[in-house]
Amino acid sequence: MGAEWFKETLTDSRLHDALWRQFLFSGLVLLIEMPLGVGIALLMPRKGWGVSASLVTLALPLLIPWNVIGTIWIIFTRPDIGLFGAAINNLGIAFDHTASPLHAWITLMFMEVWHWTPLVALLAYAGLRAIPEAYYQAARIDGASAWAIFRYIQLPKMRGVLTIALLLRFMDSFLIYAEPFVLTGGGPGNSTTFLSIYLVKIAVGQFDLGPAAAFSLIYFLIVLLFSYLFFQALQNVGKGEDR
Amino acid sequence: MAKIEMQEIAHSYMAQPKGPDDYALKRIHHDWDDGGAYALLGPSGCGKTTMLNIISGLLRPSEGRVLYDGRDVTDLPPEKRNIAQVFQFPVLYDTMSVFNNLAFPLRNRGVDETEVSRRVREVADILDLTPFLKKKAAGLTADAKQKISLGRGLVRSDVAAILFDEPLTVIDPHLKWHLRRQLKQVHEQLKLTLIYVTHDQIEALTFADQVIVMYEGEIVQVGTPQELFETPKHKFVGYFIGSPGMNFLPCVLEGDAARVNGHKIPLDGETAAAGRSKTGKLELGIRPMYLTVHAEPVEGGVPVTVKLVQDQGSFKILTLGLEDHVLQARLPEEHPVPSDNAWVTFPVDRAKLYADERLVG
Repeated sequence: MGAEWFKETLTDSRLHDALWRQFLFSGLVLLIEMPLGVGIALLMPRKGWGVSASLVTLALPLLIPWNVIGTIWIIFTRPDIGLFGAAINNLGIAFDHTASPLHAWITLMFMEVWHWTPLVALLAYAGLRAIPEAYYQAARIDGASAWAIFRYIQLPKMRGVLTIALLLRFMDSFLIYAEPFVLTGGGPGNSTTFLSIYLVKIAVGQFDLGPAAAFSLIYFLIVLLFSYLFFQALQNVGKGEDR
Repeated sequence: MAKIEMQEIAHSYMAQPKGPDDYALKRIHHDWDDGGAYALLGPSGCGKTTMLNIISGLLRPSEGRVLYDGRDVTDLPPEKRNIAQVFQFPVLYDTMSVFNNLAFPLRNRGVDETEVSRRVREVADILDLTPFLKKKAAGLTADAKQKISLGRGLVRSDVAAILFDEPLTVIDPHLKWHLRRQLKQVHEQLKLTLIYVTHDQIEALTFADQVIVMYEGEIVQVGTPQELFETPKHKFVGYFIGSPGMNFLPCVLEGDAARVNGHKIPLDGETAAAGRSKTGKLELGIRPMYLTVHAEPVEGGVPVTVKLVQDQGSFKILTLGLEDHVLQARLPEEHPVPSDNAWVTFPVDRAKLYADERLVG
């Protein structure tokens, strides 16, 4: 019966673990990718051939299919033949993401940051480019430091695009499936079993469709709730701002 | 406060300018006196903003020097020049309150906080911004925002000059007038040097003691509004100032008279003598309001056809055909309007002669 399935889901300790793991993952993703993306956008060239070159370079990871990303990183980090894995093992650090949960997380974070920071950077860059030149001229005349220009002009003017970036990155990272599934399959142990991977295990692996359906609904509500909270919070940051 | 000198300034946006056409500013040599109210008037693309940015230091001129009170500031950045600039669109720090916006230039310069507070309140008082001090700057109307931009300039006690780059573009028409008057008051109260860029002649003429008219990267005339109207030194000033603009007719000289399509129009002796020494293309110029229109043939009258009459309420604009040329005349409302045929005379003291677009005499 429906209510029992919800009860079963809510008391499932493995699901609780997966949920905290998921929050940790999304939290780390946002903490790293948002500042890094903004930083990259600030360093990107404003004119000349460097503009198109940097835009194309940044867009490359975004154009690769997600399961291919996972495969690329499996090979890249293999201790025997991977460029990264072999190099770091030869330096004397025993790095193997299939054996150590910490190494699995590090690999996963590197992959995720490499894959998605460009999106944040591109959005932030678009926001920066939309700031009229007069703002920078006025700031120079007012004697503003580079930090003050960032704090009082660039950051407030990027609020709109950063809200979008934050929402997209939160939702996507909270719903992540293909890349960790290909890279680690949820292991070692359950250390990288995120909500979506666990959900697929219940639904397709154990064929417990009832609890899986209840779980899906709860999963959706969590994403919706947090997206709403983020959106509201960012809307209120610079209330009354119109340009 | 300071006297600003521009010495032999020229500027090109190209790295390797080849001819004079590559220069946005051709050769500007001009002094801005301390405490003067100047308007820089000219059409879009004539180099007004370039000139302003050179004065403020946002742009380094390709050639020439800028002096403030005799001190060479050509290589100094704007923050070291004690200059304030108000832009076409209000520039605000949206996330700050009005108070913090006004305090921003002072705090960046490390001014003591009690002094900051005193200066901000003083400026807010002058600009009627006191009730808004605690509000977020972002939510205010366009005219209040533009006043804050101006206030950020006024708040610095060391400011040498305030530059305005078409500051009233985004302001509602009925508030423009109010803001312009407030600017004038600020000028009288603080005796600052104000340089005001605009392409609107009404704005320039009401605001400034001295109007500098620019055309294609050059200063074509500097003068009071009245001088610009009565004796335009360049054809461009003739039709840019005044509505409608000055009439120009190609002519040849014949003794002390100009001959237009076989009609003799008398000139004063001095002008004619000066004109005879010129070799370029000669043109006769006259303001529409000085053209005398007669309904009957008169001695020395040039026959014209009346093509169009526009009633502007307090006066009428007549479009007249003089064979293949077109003239405009401005008549008082009560003046009878001739139909079809009319005769015009050119008062000797009002008719000007131009050689190669420049005034003769």
